[in-house]
Order: sequence, then structure tokens, then C-alpha cells
Amino acid sequence: MLHDSPTSESAGQPCVHPDRDSYLDLVAKLREDGYWLCTDLTGVDYLGYEAPRNLPEGVDPQRFEIVANLLDPSARRRIRVRVQVPEGDASIASITGMHPGVDFHERETWDLFGIHFEGHPHLTRILMPDEWEGHPLRKDYAVGNIPVQFKAAGNSR
Amino acid sequence: MSATDLEALDSALQRLGEDGAVLRLSETEAEQQSGYQPPTAEGLGERMIMNMGPQHPSTHGVLRLVLELDGELITRSKPVIGYLHTGMEKTGEELSYLQGPTNVTRMDYASPLFTELAFSLAVEQLLGIEVPQRAQWIRMLLCEVNRLTSHMLFMATNGMDLGAVGMMLYGWREREELLRFLEMVTGLRMNHNFIRPGGVAADLPDGWQQELAEILEPLPDRLEEFDTLMTGQPIWRERLQGVGVITTEEALALGVTGPILRATGYAWDLRRDIPYLNYDQLDFDVLVGSYGDSFDRYAIRLNEMRESIRMITQMVDKMPAGDYRIQDKKVTPPPRARIDESMEALIHHFKIFTEGFKVPEGEAYAAVESPRGELGVYIVSDGSSKPHRMHVRAPSFVNLQSLPHLMKDSLLADTVAIISSVDPIMGEVDR
Repeated sequence: MLHDSPTSESAGQPCVHPDRDSYLDLVAKLREDGYWLCTDLTGVDYLGYEAPRNLPEGVDPQRFEIVANLLDPSARRRIRVRVQVPEGDASIASITGMHPGVDFHERETWDLFGIHFEGHPHLTRILMPDEWEGHPLRKDYAVGNIPVQFKAAGNSR
Repeated sequence: MSATDLEALDSALQRLGEDGAVLRLSETEAEQQSGYQPPTAEGLGERMIMNMGPQHPSTHGVLRLVLELDGELITRSKPVIGYLHTGMEKTGEELSYLQGPTNVTRMDYASPLFTELAFSLAVEQLLGIEVPQRAQWIRMLLCEVNRLTSHMLFMATNGMDLGAVGMMLYGWREREELLRFLEMVTGLRMNHNFIRPGGVAADLPDGWQQELAEILEPLPDRLEEFDTLMTGQPIWRERLQGVGVITTEEALALGVTGPILRATGYAWDLRRDIPYLNYDQLDFDVLVGSYGDSFDRYAIRLNEMRESIRMITQMVDKMPAGDYRIQDKKVTPPPRARIDESMEALIHHFKIFTEGFKVPEGEAYAAVESPRGELGVYIVSDGSSKPHRMHVRAPSFVNLQSLPHLMKDSLLADTVAIISSVDPIMGEVDR
């Protein structure tokens, strides 16, 4: 247990599993512990994942998972924060208030997974065009057979 | 490691929040509002919204910037990316672990070996295998040569962006020499697919020491030439000093790593601080700047090349004998010569290259110090021979977020210098 959240380990790397309500709180506490850098934030879609989920007791597996990698430069250690996000309510608090550097990462996760970040200053698509439909990195998003789209050539200045 | 604390970080957060450097416009809005904007009721004065890119020659590929100008000063800006998005992370889920490097090597096309290395390290962590010593040293050697080529590219383009055409020619000339060595070893100038899970694709060819010595021998003098040409030159200093300043705390809050973070005076280099491979057995210095401006970022890269040359010289002396890949039959295909004599070897070879090898379920994150900062690969495996999810933490992608803060209140003419000093590679940004 770390700050009241269950912990686990994978390939020798420590993970911590807060629920969605305690996620912001945990990241804030870890930041006080010295984890100043949020190097990475991404999503994983576990649809069709047949292996055991490697979650500690008390954590319900859900379809989506948000993974944030935090780095403590003075103690030279890393920790991974993994939060379960249910399919029916795919939203989670944004940590851009503490780590402005995850702005792009959260936009990318919204763009490719359709997970909404509450409190993000400007949650728009980042890699796909604005009018794109669907979220490509979801496992039920078909590969191939996508008509090539070009944006209407408007103001060509 | 310079001293910084949570209070300083918090005040940097305040500053980043208040400086209002980031323009929050959707692409459609930016298109509608482009051009002159009269003063608004909300208290915004006269301004001009301008698009720079994605075909502007100074934006290094297809970076588009939406700039808000007040006269000639940039008040707010927004990087717009995605023009080179090819869905590599989605592709990575369709390729086996053996084919993975062919995909990731195309992300950062200026330093392809680092992405392959991070990918291989992540897979090896999941497999729980240790690659032979010689393979580790070969990986380090090639990565440092690759760092040299990447920084040479930076020197060339940085000079070119600011009008020093001589620098461009010199930078590219040296880079080509170094690429010749990479070609001799891997068979290709870029997109090598040489570092694979379990080791490297082939042993170093005969005569590599001599070839490398010939290429490295004139390099220190050439770097002196760069110094003469650029570092002390008044025009160059005028264009770069004090342009695009960022503080340590701001950089940490923005998650910026690599030369940009080091230029602020914060010594953070994964090769020294969280060593991977055998970097802890080498003697090298982590270079830091003091002002965090474009000139420091230029100077750090120039001097990192000197450090890399030092490291390569040590590596040539320390290169051990032995296997260049792991002899675990589960991961490694049989030697090419055996396939003609043995049916089992042929079957084994066929299996490895069609089905690939299975990787135990779990997830791993491996990070290396690429020429642009921390390059991490996060792999989720479900026990099959393909990753369930492969994510690449691309340094350029994160470093781009510092652009609006670097360009705040600077002149339009300086945008080119600032973009160039961040050294983004769009292939890696858009993936």
C-alpha cells in the first residue's frame, strides 16, 4: 500500500493502482514525495485481453486503463500509476494542473481512445483531423479499409 | 544535480499558468480568424493570427504553428501536429516482436537506433533475459555514433535555419561520413532494424576498428572548425543568446528532457542517472548550460559530440569478444549456414520468422537517453507473440509543448531560431 492505494510490480517496476476518485490526490502526494516529472501518460484498451490482468486485490479490472509514468529525479526512481476506467463512463480527472507537460498526452489519449479528461484546458484531437470519427487505438476499431480523407481545401493561404 | 525544490516548482506552475503563452484555438477557429483581428470587447488589443507551416521550410518537416502576433511580437502560439501521423502504435499491435523494430525505427528517422534499443530493452525486460556483453557494447557503440549523426544533423539544420549555409554543408558532410560507418555495420544509412530483442542482427564486420578510427580521427578538428565558424561569431551569438529562455522548474513541470533540460543547468542524463546497458563503465561528463537559451542548447549539443567521441574511443578499447546475440533458441533464429544442412534448423527458422516468439504477459517500460531526451517504450503483453499495446514516449512530442513558452514575447524572426534549437523530429512527434 502506498498512500492508501494498492501496489504491484511488473518486470521489476513498481506500480500503484488508485481508483478514479483518489487518482488526483495520489499524484499530488507523489509529487510532494519528489516525483516531479510526469514523463508519460497513455491509455490501454484491454478489450480481448485474455491473460490474467496482473492487478492487486481490491482493484476491479475495467476495459480501459490510464497509465502515467512518474519520475523522481533526485532519488532516480520511477513509479507507474495505473487507473481503471470503465467503458460506460470513460472519463478521468486531468492532472495538467500539476504536470502541464501531460497536456499533449491527455489530448492524444482522448484522440485515440476516447477517454475524457475532466478539467483539461483544451481537450481536442491532436493527431487525427478534427472531424475524424471514432478512436483508432480502441481494439474494436477496424484496421484498414478506411477511405482516405482530405480536408476540404478551403482558405489556401 | 542543481538544487530545486517543490516551492520553486509550484511558482513555475503559477508562471506557466499565468503567462498565457498557449493559444487555445481549434484548427477551424484558427482558419476563420486568420489575418488581422480588430480589438475585442474582452480587452484584447489589435492582433494578427498567422499560420506558419506545415510547409514552411524552417519547421523541419510538417510542424504547423498558429501564431498570435502583436505587431512583430509573438503573444501566444499553438503547435499543431498530426500531419505525419501514420498510426505506428496501431501498426505495432499487428506486428510480432521480431518485426517490431522495423516499425519503431521509422519514428525518429534522425536517430533510429535509439527507438529500436528502447523497444528491445522493454521486450527483454518482459522476457527476463540478459543479452551477451558483446551485444550490449555493440549497441552502445552504434548508439553513440548515431548520437553524433543526429547532432550533426542538428548543427547543419540549425545553421541553415539562421542563414549559415557553410555550416549546413559541413554538418552534412561529417554526418555522411559517420553514416558510412553505420552503413558498413548495418547495411543501411538509416532505418537500420539492427538492434533486435535478444541482441543485434549481426556481428561487427571485419576492419570496423580501422574504419571507425579513420572517420573519428579528423572529427575533433572539424568540431574546432564549427567553433570557429559559429560559436564565437558575433552574428550567431546575437541571434541565439537570450532567445527562447526557459528555467529549470518550468522545464521540469513541462516534462521536458534532454539537451533542453540540461541547458537550464539541471544535470539529468539517463546514461548517468539511471544507467542502462553498460554506460556505468564509461567515463564521460554530463554537460549543462547556465541560461537555458537557444545558444546553450546549441553549445550543449556541440560539446555532447565531443563527449560521444570520448565514449566511442573507450568503447573500441573495451569491446569484449563473444556472442552478438543471445543463444536462447526461443528468441534467436539459427545461424544462416545451418539452414542448408538441417531440417530442424529450417523449421525453427521458419517458426521464428512467421509466428515469432511468445513473450510472458505483463507490462514494461524501458527508457533510454536519445539525442532529444528520454525515449521510453511501454509494452503490454498478453502472452502471445504480438504486443497487446505498444506505446512510445517520444521526446520531441513532449518538448514541443515548451515552444509557446519559449516564444512568448519574442520576435517573429526568432521563431525559426527557437524551433530549430528544440530540434523536433516530426516523425517521432506524430508517430
